[in-house]
Amino acid sequence: MQRSETLDIRSSSDIVQVRQKVRMWTQQLGFSLVEQTKIVTAASELARNTMEYGKGGTVQLEELNDENRHGLRLTFEDEGPGIPNIALAMNDGYTTGGGLGLGLSGAKRLMDEFEITSEVNQGTRVTITRWRYFNRR
Amino acid sequence: MDSIPILKMGEYLLVSIQVDMHDRLALTLQDDLTNRIVKTGAKGVLIDISSLEIIDSFIGLILSNIASMSRILDAETVVVGMQPAVAITLVELGLFLAGIRTALNIEKGMDLLRASLEFPPGESVNRAKK
Repeated sequence: MQRSETLDIRSSSDIVQVRQKVRMWTQQLGFSLVEQTKIVTAASELARNTMEYGKGGTVQLEELNDENRHGLRLTFEDEGPGIPNIALAMNDGYTTGGGLGLGLSGAKRLMDEFEITSEVNQGTRVTITRWRYFNRR
Repeated sequence: MDSIPILKMGEYLLVSIQVDMHDRLALTLQDDLTNRIVKTGAKGVLIDISSLEIIDSFIGLILSNIASMSRILDAETVVVGMQPAVAITLVELGLFLAGIRTALNIEKGMDLLRASLEFPPGESVNRAKK
């Protein structure tokens, strides 16, 4: 059974909601505490980006089921100004908003899969995925 | 919760972060602490984060700011009780919290603060072992 849920990201209290919801899902999917922390932290970074730079948007949580692995996929989407230079934005420390510039590059490091598409004046979509394998322990 | 309680203990201020803070709460804490340091002339700030399950770059920035502002106001900051999963995640996130002193727990944090009052950082601590 594939589950999926979409949350609004409009305010900073929504970011807290996203963290809590993602935490719940990671627990239900059986991720270890360290994995949970990494996933929720990545989600927090991207949710904040969606709110601050994307001017608000959504995140879709999806449970993925393969033969020998479970996964959690998070898709952050906004219709904001977009990112003119993605490669630049992916550099550690690069920020246009006075933050630490670790959101995109950090989320990529914390997850197994990371995809980003963006068009200026149209919006941005970032998809991150983390897997838990059954026969590993 | 509208704001995080700040307790005064002699020359020290103690803060224990027990909730998942939304941005405004974190910024309020930053301002409140700064004001309290000035008001009380506190020499040390101890921040207990043993209940914090997530530190993202925003919270990391807040902690950095608190440490920097305290130092400007002649107070040392020590952050205590970081959960192991959080420490592991911070390193991978790329957030090294440089300039923030840490300790395992409140007791060790207080020892660190007391020692730093005795031997302020920047002074040579090469006291001769006579």
